[in-house]
Amino acid sequence: MAPTPSTSAKTSLFSTAGFARLALYAILLLAVLFYLMPLIVMIFTSLKSMDDIRAGNLLSVPEVFLFDAWIKAWSGACTGVSCEGVGTYFWNSFQITLPAVLISTLLGALNGYVLTQWKFRGSDLFFGMMLFGCFIPFQVVILPMAQTLGWLGLANTTTGLVFVHIVYGMAFTTLFFRNFYVAVPTELVSAAKIDGAGFFTIFWRIILPLSTPIFVVCIIWQFTQVWNDFLFGVVFSGGDTQPITVALNNLVNSSTGVKEYNVDMAAAMIAALPTLLVYVLAGKYFVRGLTAGAVKG
Amino acid sequence: MSTHSGHTLPRSNPLDLLQRWIPKLVLGPTIITTLLFIYGYVIWTGVLSLTKSRFLPRYDFVRFLQYEKLMDNDRWLVASYNILIFGGLFILICLAVGVIMAILLDQKIRAEGSIRTVFLYPMALSFIVTGTAWKWILNPGLGLEKMVQDLGFTDFQFDWLVDPNMAIYTLVIAAVWQSSGFVMALFLAGLRGVDSSIVKAAQLDGASMPTIYRRIILPHLRPVFFSAFIILSHIAIKSFDLVMALTGGGPGYSTDLPATFMYVTSFSRGQIGLGSASAMMMLGAVLAILIPYLYSELRGKQHD
Repeated sequence: MAPTPSTSAKTSLFSTAGFARLALYAILLLAVLFYLMPLIVMIFTSLKSMDDIRAGNLLSVPEVFLFDAWIKAWSGACTGVSCEGVGTYFWNSFQITLPAVLISTLLGALNGYVLTQWKFRGSDLFFGMMLFGCFIPFQVVILPMAQTLGWLGLANTTTGLVFVHIVYGMAFTTLFFRNFYVAVPTELVSAAKIDGAGFFTIFWRIILPLSTPIFVVCIIWQFTQVWNDFLFGVVFSGGDTQPITVALNNLVNSSTGVKEYNVDMAAAMIAALPTLLVYVLAGKYFVRGLTAGAVKG
Repeated sequence: MSTHSGHTLPRSNPLDLLQRWIPKLVLGPTIITTLLFIYGYVIWTGVLSLTKSRFLPRYDFVRFLQYEKLMDNDRWLVASYNILIFGGLFILICLAVGVIMAILLDQKIRAEGSIRTVFLYPMALSFIVTGTAWKWILNPGLGLEKMVQDLGFTDFQFDWLVDPNMAIYTLVIAAVWQSSGFVMALFLAGLRGVDSSIVKAAQLDGASMPTIYRRIILPHLRPVFFSAFIILSHIAIKSFDLVMALTGGGPGYSTDLPATFMYVTSFSRGQIGLGSASAMMMLGAVLAILIPYLYSELRGKQHD
């Protein structure tokens, strides 16, 4: 969000003295370095040889930039019992994330539309009950879910994990869309109703064209949540179906053999890249939506 | 649920009747899943916590025995104590850093957008990635310790990660690094929403800027404080990935949190009854924070 004119009144805190202004920038610079350091450390370490790692330090620039660790992390490092790198798990994460995000977002949009424009008796109460789903610690549902997935034959499958992510993502997506559609004037929809337009026609012709910003926010949020999930992944997936977060944890915390820090850091970067990329490309909308949702929500 | 406000549509036409039911049909699956997979499962876990289930759920009821065992379990007591330390420090530091950084960033800073992006990118990362990165940075002998020693401070020691008394604070460092930028963004949005005419009026009255911040602007941000507090305490209670990646609960079980206790107890040690009891305690903690908040929110909204 661009600085609004309203900030001008508050800007004299540091603008009077040049020294204070300098101190302000110094503090901000230090903070920027603190926030950037882990990323720099990860990138540098992933590009070093093990000898270079032992000889240098965290923030020393690699002597030679080597991509060996990245290649090994992708296709050769040992995660638990198998030694085929995190590559397959990276694709697993995509196979889990894409359907989970798309379905939960679409359901959230429809739910939000009903909860604002087609209210019925009890719908507000239901929304309140659903909000609770945003706040429960998932530990309180994983045991019954594990048993249910077993009964359904979905234990350790990608489908099972997608299902879990949709079920527990829906509270958030519904919240996003409901808060967004609350601002859509009901007159708009009432007029269409009088003209005889049905539920889906109104959704398709009136609501959806207004919804691009909230779709962007919701998709980014869900993508980050599902991609970064570890708890559901570690509980409900096994062997071949694990997402990359679980594989990364297995790689980093395996106690066998010599610890290859460069491979660990390369694997961590691989696991981080999709969400970082999404964030850098669409971060503006992400922040805008999150702050709006959280402050008003 | 079946009482429609049937003024606009005639009751007789079956197509109209369908139209009237479509919204309920669309919301139906979500209603069912919510009732089943959230409320039903919470009750199910509650029931499990009253049984002596071990590797498999078994419905032999033992009343509150698992909760009694939990209270006698040293590992659980450590985990509960840890969540107080970790959660308390994490929330306090995040709020403090968030407010200060937001105020600093609100001073017409050059390149504000880029700085904000830097503060916020950790939020895009998985706690597993964050934990992995910090595990490496805090590695005694190779990470930060070695770097400072290389700078000439050869006596420098920083081995919190392997010190049972200090390891919990390494969790705080990593978690603050990850979440404080988000809190900053919340406060920045809040600051931008403060009515500038009040500030101008105070300035005309001769109030200094620090006074204006303390007496006028920060009190205006009370709702943001509340939202941030709720979000942060939620993150703290759910913290699981970070512990698994950074310390694995160790050394020993010195950095266990309720979330990791529940996982290890239920899935590694096969004590489902005890694990369920710990999950119910976590839920209780969340509700203890959430209900007063929701209550005040809802009451506040009715006054609008």
